[in-house]
Formats: sequence, structure tokens, C-alpha cells
Amino acid sequence: MSASEKSKAPFERIVGEHGPLVWRVCRGLLDQHDAEDAWSETFLAAMGAWARFEGNVAGWLVTIAHRKAIDMLRARSRAAFPTDELPEVPTVIGVPDGRDLDLWAALALLPPRQRAAVVHHHLAGVPFAEVATLTGTTETAARKAASDGVQRLRSLLVGKDIA
Amino acid sequence: MTDTLAPFAVPDADPALLAHLHARLEDAATGDAAPDVHYRTVDSPLGRLLVAATEQGVARLAFAIEEEDRVLDALAERIGPRVLRAPRRLDPAARWLDAYFAGGHDPYPGPVDLRLARGFRLAVLERLQEVPFGRTISYAALAARTDAPRAVRAVGTACATNPVPLVVPCHRVVRSDGTTGAYRGGAEAKVRLLALERDGVIPG
Repeated sequence: MSASEKSKAPFERIVGEHGPLVWRVCRGLLDQHDAEDAWSETFLAAMGAWARFEGNVAGWLVTIAHRKAIDMLRARSRAAFPTDELPEVPTVIGVPDGRDLDLWAALALLPPRQRAAVVHHHLAGVPFAEVATLTGTTETAARKAASDGVQRLRSLLVGKDIA
Repeated sequence: MTDTLAPFAVPDADPALLAHLHARLEDAATGDAAPDVHYRTVDSPLGRLLVAATEQGVARLAFAIEEEDRVLDALAERIGPRVLRAPRRLDPAARWLDAYFAGGHDPYPGPVDLRLARGFRLAVLERLQEVPFGRTISYAALAARTDAPRAVRAVGTACATNPVPLVVPCHRVVRSDGTTGAYRGGAEAKVRLLALERDGVIPG
């Protein structure tokens, strides 16, 4: 059956089912304001292509959200992401006490590769092989980045009930 | 996919935030990015109604007994899958429905998209739009207004499959013997609508 013959779910159902997932990806990678923009841009782009799309919807939406996040970070003239060469140990200057951090703030302190790996794998449930494709690295490297990121988060969030 | 979320308690996206994000999506989904169909629900004395529109006008009004999911599935299949809930865009339709159930006589003033009706059924609905508030017409008399005056049964089918009941007032079509006949929203709903138009108040 071709895409045009196959009946598609009403797009609103996709928003309802995957809205929270896309939010976790956007907010994990971006600040609150940019995450809101990225969320609506992700679903707007997905809706435009929905009639022709076939495949894994969740993975597709995560990919779009990831690209929107990169676009936004680039638009804000930050370092290229996530294939940049920032130091692997983030500064905690200006962070008076890790116990004031919520998960989103703690994620923002991770190096970009770790942040992306943690967000995609642990918050969005994307398998490491696909995390590697998304972030332009190897599966082993993605696994390592996520593991390092989780360790770093644990230390940032020590004493918090979310760690 | 959720077992991998184990290392953290990830905050749930709260419903107010998701509603805010959805509203932004609705605002952005206009012009070239407009959905095939936008819709909302409206609470009414006949239960929850679903109103759906294309860029051309209101294309579907459904009663609760038709089931929202099925109605949306059918709209996705017959009009297009880009179906988005966008309540504010349908505020005028909601206001008209409120006024109608409060006894307002005006026909629906906005554009109507009758693409879900074709051929003879479409012709019947067009004739039906001429029947004003408070009047009734028999299936036979309505057939007489069409090019096929003997097609009384086909007129019945056109009414029974009217995609936009209330907006196109198929409830005003009754049997020649004066009994009300069938209705997409249920026979009882039709009786109550005729009472509303006769007495100015919808019976409980």
C-alpha cells in the first residue's frame, strides 16, 4: 500500500501521545524559552510531513526535535553542538549549591555530548545505536558519554530526591 | 522504551505546560502550515459536540454517540491526516451553537464546506439550508425541491448522512405523517430540537 492509500492517524493523536516525549528532548537540550519554541516547531514540521511519513513516529519526532535544538543553539551563536570540542568538565562557577539544581539545570551543566547522550537515551528512550547516529558518533562513544553524564548528574544532584 | 529512564526521576510535563505548548502550535499552524482539519468540542444540551472545519469552512459536526475517535479517524481518511485541535479558531461556531441552544433563530453565519457530501446528497443539503428556524418540511416536499422529486428515500439518506447537522438543519425534515423520523444524533435529539424550535426552550 502506498502512503497515499494508507489511512493515517489524525495528527492530534500524535501530539497527544508524543508531546511529553518531545518536551523532555527539547527541555533537556535547551533552556525553557528555546525549548518551547523547539517543541512547537518540531510538531509544526512533523505535521507538514505527516501525510507522507512512514516508520517509527517517536524516533522521527526525536530526530526533528534534535535538529531544531541544534538550529536554535547555532542561531544563538553558541558553540556548534554536539560535535564541538568544549572541555569535558563543565564549570560550576556561579552555581552556588548543587542542591538548588533541578534536573534541567543540572543537564545544562553537562558537556554537550554528554547532555545529548543522556537526554536521548535516558529521557527519550532512544537506543544507543540511534543516539550515535543522531549525534554523529559511535555507539560505544554514545554509551560512554551517557554513562559519564549520568555520573556527573549524580554528583550535581547529590542529596536531591531526583538523583 | 521507558525502562531506560531509570537513573532519574524525570519531571512529568505538567498539563498546563502542555496546554500552553499546544496553543503555540495552534497559533503557528496557519497559512501554508494550516492543518487539513481543525476541530474543537462544544458542550451542549445534546451532549458534547465535535465541530471540525477546513480552511473553507465547517465540514463536520458530530454528536457524542458518534464517538470522537472514530469521527477524527474518518476526517483524517476522507479529508487529510493533518487534523489538529484548535479551539480558538472555532470560537465563532461555538458561540453560534450556544446561541442556537438558547433559542437563537439565526442560521449558521460562517462558511460551510460540504465536501463530505457529493452529488444528489449535496444538492439535498443545499436545498435544506433554505429551511428556516421553526419550520419543518417533509422528506417528500424536500425531494420535490430537487431535480429528482420522486427520490424520497434518497433524500432520507442525504439527511441521515448530513456531515454538518444543526449547521445544515436536517432535523427540520420530518415524515409526511408528522412523526419525526431518524436522526444522526439519535431520534430523541431530533424530538428535542424540534421542541426547541417550537417552544424556544430545549426540553431537559
